[in-house]
Amino acid sequence: MMIDHPTLGPRDAAEFVYMGCASLINRPDWQAEDALQQFIDYGYQRDNPSGAHRELWFHEGGDRSWLVVTRDTVTHAITQVELARDVARREGRSK
Amino acid sequence: MTQTNRLQGGMIDRSRTLSFRFDGKAFQGHPGDTLASALLANDVRLMGRSFKYHRPRGPMTAGSEEPNAIVELRTGARQEPNTRATTAELFDGLVANSQNRWPSLRFDAMGVNDWLSPFFAAGFYYKTFMWPAKFWEKLYEPMIRRAAGLGSVSFEPDPDSYDKGFLYCDLLVIGGGPAGLATALRAGEAGARVILADEDFTLGGRLNAETHEVAGMAGHAWAAQAVARLADMPNVRVMPRTTILGAFDHGTYGALERVSDHLAVPEKGKPRQILWRIYSKHALLAAGATERPIAFENNDRPGIMLAGAVRSYVNRWAVTPAQNVAIFTNNDDGHRTATDLRTRGVNVAAVIDTRPDAPDGGDFEVIRGGVITNTSGRLGLTGIEVRTADGGQRKISCGALGVSGGWNPNVALTCHQGGRPAWNTDIAAFVPGSTLPPNMSVAGAANGVFTTHGAFHTGAKAASQILDHLGLSAPAPDLPEAEDGPVNLTPFWHVKDAKRAWVDQQNDVTAKDVKLAHQENFVSVEHLKRYTTLGMATDQGKTSNMAGLAIMAEVAGKSIPEVGTTMFRPPYTPTAIGAFAGRSRDKDFRPVRKTPSHVWAEEKGAVFVEVGMWLRAQWFPQPGETHWRESVDREVLQTRKSVGICDVTTLGKIDVQGADAADFLNRIYCNGFAKLPVGKTRYGLMLREDGIAMDDGTAARLADDHFVVTTTTANAVGVYRHMEFVRQCLFPDMDVQLISTTEAWAQFAVAGPNARKLLRKVVDDDYDVSNEGFPFMACAEITVCGGLRARLFRISFSGELAYEIAVPTRYGDAMIRKLMQAGEEFDVVPYGTEALGVMRIEKGHAAGNELNGTTTALNLGMGRMVSKKKDSIGSTLSEREGLNEDDALKLVGFKPVDNSKPVPAGSHLMTKGSQVDAAHDQGYVTSACYSPNLGCHIGIGFLKSGHARTGEVIRLVSPLTGIDHEVEVVSAHFVDPEGERLRA
Repeated sequence: MMIDHPTLGPRDAAEFVYMGCASLINRPDWQAEDALQQFIDYGYQRDNPSGAHRELWFHEGGDRSWLVVTRDTVTHAITQVELARDVARREGRSK
Repeated sequence: MTQTNRLQGGMIDRSRTLSFRFDGKAFQGHPGDTLASALLANDVRLMGRSFKYHRPRGPMTAGSEEPNAIVELRTGARQEPNTRATTAELFDGLVANSQNRWPSLRFDAMGVNDWLSPFFAAGFYYKTFMWPAKFWEKLYEPMIRRAAGLGSVSFEPDPDSYDKGFLYCDLLVIGGGPAGLATALRAGEAGARVILADEDFTLGGRLNAETHEVAGMAGHAWAAQAVARLADMPNVRVMPRTTILGAFDHGTYGALERVSDHLAVPEKGKPRQILWRIYSKHALLAAGATERPIAFENNDRPGIMLAGAVRSYVNRWAVTPAQNVAIFTNNDDGHRTATDLRTRGVNVAAVIDTRPDAPDGGDFEVIRGGVITNTSGRLGLTGIEVRTADGGQRKISCGALGVSGGWNPNVALTCHQGGRPAWNTDIAAFVPGSTLPPNMSVAGAANGVFTTHGAFHTGAKAASQILDHLGLSAPAPDLPEAEDGPVNLTPFWHVKDAKRAWVDQQNDVTAKDVKLAHQENFVSVEHLKRYTTLGMATDQGKTSNMAGLAIMAEVAGKSIPEVGTTMFRPPYTPTAIGAFAGRSRDKDFRPVRKTPSHVWAEEKGAVFVEVGMWLRAQWFPQPGETHWRESVDREVLQTRKSVGICDVTTLGKIDVQGADAADFLNRIYCNGFAKLPVGKTRYGLMLREDGIAMDDGTAARLADDHFVVTTTTANAVGVYRHMEFVRQCLFPDMDVQLISTTEAWAQFAVAGPNARKLLRKVVDDDYDVSNEGFPFMACAEITVCGGLRARLFRISFSGELAYEIAVPTRYGDAMIRKLMQAGEEFDVVPYGTEALGVMRIEKGHAAGNELNGTTTALNLGMGRMVSKKKDSIGSTLSEREGLNEDDALKLVGFKPVDNSKPVPAGSHLMTKGSQVDAAHDQGYVTSACYSPNLGCHIGIGFLKSGHARTGEVIRLVSPLTGIDHEVEVVSAHFVDPEGERLRA
């Protein structure tokens, strides 16, 4: 597989380490009333779609950036690659 | 005279003669020959025995699809089993042996299986070896294993090397026949970066095997000119002897280049084979087609081969398989073989054509509407029996028979990304389906276009489209004139009512086996394959699958497309494991990391142990020590008595800098770091988000905005990855930067009552190392040995007064020598990982065995460290009820009641008097050692309710190793539980 890194261009998937669903970016607020339940859902309840999936890849053999890769789990077609930090900011994780 | 079957002409170099041996007998051939063509030239048709029934077999094909003529090539360490004689290039001195026969190819004792064949039908093993069950392991399996398998391996290390390589191109052309050559020429001339790969050693595909003219010259001559033109283009790479093994994601292709297989021994410095990974923008599949046989009674005798293969041997290699040849066909193509044979002066006994309206051939007899009902000749064909259209029987004598049932496009690579082929009624064959791997096109016979004219035109068209995509332009091509004869074929798969009509010749599957499988309700094609083993041999059914499907469709009353095909998977042809391993073998299997003190430790005679990729000194034997424990006990006792030194460079080191560094560590560690003063170090426990312990280590604050974090050796990579995840994905705007500095610093632990005195001798005078000036858990940036920058941490894994001193890695060797020299007056001792382990167990410190992916801070006795006042990774889920039960496992120590007994790690704990089973399990021992300080074995581990049971005598059991004795529950801190030594 080839991952089109947003700053480095197309790189072989062998340079990356896969982690899982990009929903892991949305870590719950520890002070929420139902924080425990939210963390259980965060940790254990994840989608496993057949089709487009946003997932986290770490460029371990490269620039050490975490990426959010949108990949079709059936065809492996990759439609979008973003820096996870940009996604996290967009999703309100700035302090 | 030798080479009695050699004809005039052909693409062989008659100016040179090559000598080779087959089954001990000497033969001669010429450059350009394959082993099969050279043997046929010498009138050898018998080349192997079949897998199951040990039936005599000869070559059926002239290419990589060969099911029968597979041999052991070379001898000694280079012996290679299951090599196809039809693709093995002849070289001088080649030695080949037939396989799967004993004592000889002509007389094979296991041929008795053939007489017993009524018992060996489909599913024989499943049905026969079911009962009694206990016979399986001791009797049936060893018996089957002995009888199974084809060739044998040498059991010697392969003396050759295998490389891996990476290539990039705009267009990968797969196959160097007319379609591939036309495409490569067009794209190459337009300036595209082209790779043209072909499995053969001479490009040209069927142009080399046919007599058709191209542009007014012999087809093979045109091909040679085209290859020469391509070779002159700097943007084109022509790769003969290169098989494209698979189509992978995003235009990546795997290829195997046989660099040296055609030589007796690889040239100096050259690998045997190269496994290429080719990154392509576009790919054109021009892999041609494979002829398929017709099944009939005894259709497997040596001398019976595909009609197209006969043409290849006659035209390319100037060899006829016999002096008198018959043809059996359902299409016009078979007639070509007869014509080519006649042109070369070979007698054609008859052409048996299943079609009642077959054309008139020429100067040979055509038996229209006839079928072959049997053949004769034990070790080679001597004759055939024909049933004519009017029901009459005829016997025809012949030494070879060319069979043609039509051609199957080579669609395999179009299916590697999940595509399925589509049925084309005109040619009664599967062609590439609508879903191709992205950016792949197909041209020529691979797409079901069987004429040379069609190959040129479809190739040129594909090239135009690809060039458009690439934004390149080229003038309309001037395509050469070539034959454009129609395909006239009436499907005919097998002659009915045969007792043994072979469908899969490599796995000995008959038409009857296919019917039996259906009768026994194996209705899915995938089940048929596995039950009968049809298509599961090394040839993957390239010549047999189609007939199997056709027979299955017939008995099921379905059409062939309704039955469907099995999956095509890489690799396209068998590939040596050595090629996949490449250079990653023996000591190069994975990288080795050496510590900065490695050379010094070698000089001291250290015994090394692999820790991850690191080699660490395990212990340092002294003269006279005969057992490893003598060395380890001495190292431990001397360290605790005076001072010892250990290389701890392998622990992961991560530099954390930035205004938010302290805040960041507060999130990473479950315990607090915000208030850690500059110049202090703190133990930190990292949890996973699910509350399980991930890793532990220390963080030293060198400045307000600068920490040095250590990790365990094994988790260094994973912890860094985790910290980057937290930094980038969870807290993207924290002002903090991370970098791994594990390799940048050489670090040594100096431990023991005399550690300070020793260090005083190397630390520069400007720095105070007194207990008051540099107390327990202090850290500082200092200089040593007169100005060398260094870092000093007062931390202790051993439980002694201890320091860790770090210097830039390039000074690591000098530092260990300096420390050892400075320590001479204290009888300093170097210690290895074993003594390190003993001392940490004596002290009750958790390590990898305790942080084993199932344990929480509570289990480790650090439950109160998890701060509730802040958010850290894992803190919320560590509060889950199930992880906090009253009788939760807790880390405690164990001492044997009988001091002579061991406390092996992995043993389980049972309450005295209770049953020994999983339901009554009370915990387990995680780490154990012999403690020279206590004079007995000790262990630490997890016990339900932990410390509350201190003093209880419990049972230690290990049913597997027969351990069953009593141990006492004690504190895990065996040595200096008050921690007075490390604060001294």
